[in-house]
Amino acid sequence: MTKGTVKSILLVGVGGQGTILAAKILTQGLMEAGHDVKMSEIHGMSQRGGSVSSQVRYGEKVYSPVIERGSADLLVSFEKMEALRWLEYAKKDAKAVVNDCEIMPMPVIIGSAAYSGGILDELKARIDTTVIDAADEAGKLGNPRVMNIILLGAAAKLIGIDNLDWDGIISANVKPAFAEINKQAFKRGTELCAI
Amino acid sequence: MRTLMTGDEALARGAYEAGVAFASAYPGTPSTEILENITGYKDIISEWASNEKVAMEAAAGASLAGARSLASMKHVGVNVAADPLFTFSYTGVNAGMVLISADEPGQHSSQNEQDNRWYAVSAKLPMLEPSDSQECLDMMKAAYDLSEEYDTPVLMRITTRVAHSKSPVSCGERAAVPVRPYVKNVAKYVTVPSLAVKMRVKVEERMGRLKAFSEKTPLNYIEKVSRADTVRDGSRIGVIASGMAYYYAKEVLGDGASYLKLGFTNPLPDALLDEFYTLVDKVYIIEEHDPYLEQWVKSRGYSCIGKDIIPPYGELTPDVLRKAILGGELEGPAYDRSVIIPRPPALCAGCPHRGLFYELAKRKNTVIAGDIGCYTLGFADPYNAMDFVVCMGASFSSGHGAQRVFTASGSENRVVGIMGDSTFFHTGINSLIEVLYNNSKTICIILDNRITGMTGHQENPGTGKNAAGDAAPEIDIESVVKALGAKNVASVNPNDLKAVRKALDDAYSKDGPSVIITRWPCVLKRLSAADKAEFGADVFTQKYGVDGEKCIACKMCVKAGCPALSCVSEKIKENSGKMKIIIDQGMCAGCGVCAQICPKQAIMPS
Repeated sequence: MTKGTVKSILLVGVGGQGTILAAKILTQGLMEAGHDVKMSEIHGMSQRGGSVSSQVRYGEKVYSPVIERGSADLLVSFEKMEALRWLEYAKKDAKAVVNDCEIMPMPVIIGSAAYSGGILDELKARIDTTVIDAADEAGKLGNPRVMNIILLGAAAKLIGIDNLDWDGIISANVKPAFAEINKQAFKRGTELCAI
Repeated sequence: MRTLMTGDEALARGAYEAGVAFASAYPGTPSTEILENITGYKDIISEWASNEKVAMEAAAGASLAGARSLASMKHVGVNVAADPLFTFSYTGVNAGMVLISADEPGQHSSQNEQDNRWYAVSAKLPMLEPSDSQECLDMMKAAYDLSEEYDTPVLMRITTRVAHSKSPVSCGERAAVPVRPYVKNVAKYVTVPSLAVKMRVKVEERMGRLKAFSEKTPLNYIEKVSRADTVRDGSRIGVIASGMAYYYAKEVLGDGASYLKLGFTNPLPDALLDEFYTLVDKVYIIEEHDPYLEQWVKSRGYSCIGKDIIPPYGELTPDVLRKAILGGELEGPAYDRSVIIPRPPALCAGCPHRGLFYELAKRKNTVIAGDIGCYTLGFADPYNAMDFVVCMGASFSSGHGAQRVFTASGSENRVVGIMGDSTFFHTGINSLIEVLYNNSKTICIILDNRITGMTGHQENPGTGKNAAGDAAPEIDIESVVKALGAKNVASVNPNDLKAVRKALDDAYSKDGPSVIITRWPCVLKRLSAADKAEFGADVFTQKYGVDGEKCIACKMCVKAGCPALSCVSEKIKENSGKMKIIIDQGMCAGCGVCAQICPKQAIMPS
């Protein structure tokens, strides 16, 4: 019922992976491109290694900052199992970009459960999925922490908003010392989706 | 030029633009960022209070002295601040005063859900409920004008999604609001019974005038939609909503309904309601938590649909609303969810609480009273080291009551209370007095991680810094505890399991009160010069690794519950049985707890 076309991007991962910064930069860029935007996130106790999500919506006029189940146009997951956890929020014809990364939840660590194999296959069978080894790519760039911006670049490319002034937006949102590597990370992300 | 702001940021900006000169708060999700952002406005004196009650009182005092003031807190904080709030409602203000209550539907980071709109009714206060960040900013300015015009503190009520959602905001300039002259006025401000009975009457008169305001303010308005699809089954559809619920309703029903949008929600506008009901036939009351608006509508003799289809608990997301009103849900891909393993929050790698919980978990005949902080996670696997949690500061006092009964009824149970440093300063200090004064053998443990951890690292009276990050007097917990009269006091490094065991053994052997202070910084803390001097410049930089030859895969170390440590079957196979346990070198923060647990000395500095 939302006016015009409103698109929803769901960024998910594990507390501490940098989803919030990526979502903030994404939302800032969309606003500067002239869209109405809303972004929602949950912080607090869930930061402590729990499952986290940042929700970004943009378009002519956005009402709810929260994405409904079955309505996200793009799922950006920083961790494999989190992609599957949040997949129910994606549209049937949504796209997904998934980081090829496993972070063990506590039940796995203490041996009461096993981390499932075959998650990427399950995802690919359900939805148009692009898999990126963002940690490896970030390592090649020289800083493992820019993994989140690589995924952001990939997401921007997938949803067709990679033509905004991302260099400027990134520079305005990270410390000057890290601006250059984050710009490179964004570019690398777009390249990984172009192939 | 519009700026992207969360509701919390916009409330801070609104306070700045309204000319607020004093702000006080105790951190609590989802309200914490309000004061954090206010500290960025140097024209405002901004302070962390030791708890919400004193934050409210300090803001009241600032108002009485003539400055526009603010106190902010999470919903349960208003319970703590309720005493001064109710009385300040009687005296009224000198300069404007606003209390922000951030409620938490869905309990993302809270021990309960409560609908603090009832506080406005009960304390007889005007209440505002913004729906997005722009309204947060605008309503703050309106709130100060209201507070001064009607001589009353104002309740600004938000919820998590308003507090933590970003949307574009147009900012203005700071209003020049000079400090009002202070004039002694005993009849207005001294609440002895003979004077307070007169104030009581004035409060009722004020509510009458505020009712008239509610009818005419543009904060409350009707959005009439005349399109054909607002009529369903011959009925014209209407929605009454406030706060974020208004946008959820718009998301699901869009232009398919007329709206009564309420921004000013105490007292409520009866005449506007009457007018709305001339335009619509079938009305949905869309609100999170309690049937606050619904009871009002029904008390006016109207029929409506509300809590009979919308749950009074949990978050009211558009999903919930769509199902309740339209009877369906949007559909995503169908897939097998059974392979998804829960990912509950866990103590971080290097968390200084780990060593204590590992040791406590092994104690027999022990009942553990928990408190509010990251350390509440001690309740979970693999520690299972918590029996009950009440509220901020309750672990020692609730533990004391339990210990009294256990002892009197012949039970061998020993009660251990656990709370953090910030919680100790909040209300825990009162609880410790309860234990000491009543000579209870409750074992009181203060987990001093040198910061307020769970809410994202705010300074507190024990850290030596103030809200702005400048040097402040540091209140030493051990000195406080001893000054209160505690005789058995031990300070230990919680990463030293032997020292923790010894402190616990000593405490268990005593028949009177014992206090144990575990002192080690939060692994996420930005260390100060003092921290580095005390804990070492290289703290958290050491890494531990596993010697695959010595490891026998006994899995004793996983009982530490460390997220850096894993025992993954696939990886064991890949390493042909040699490497049994893996320590993530990126996550390991070198606490060494796992190395002390390992019976084969297979874990060592790498």
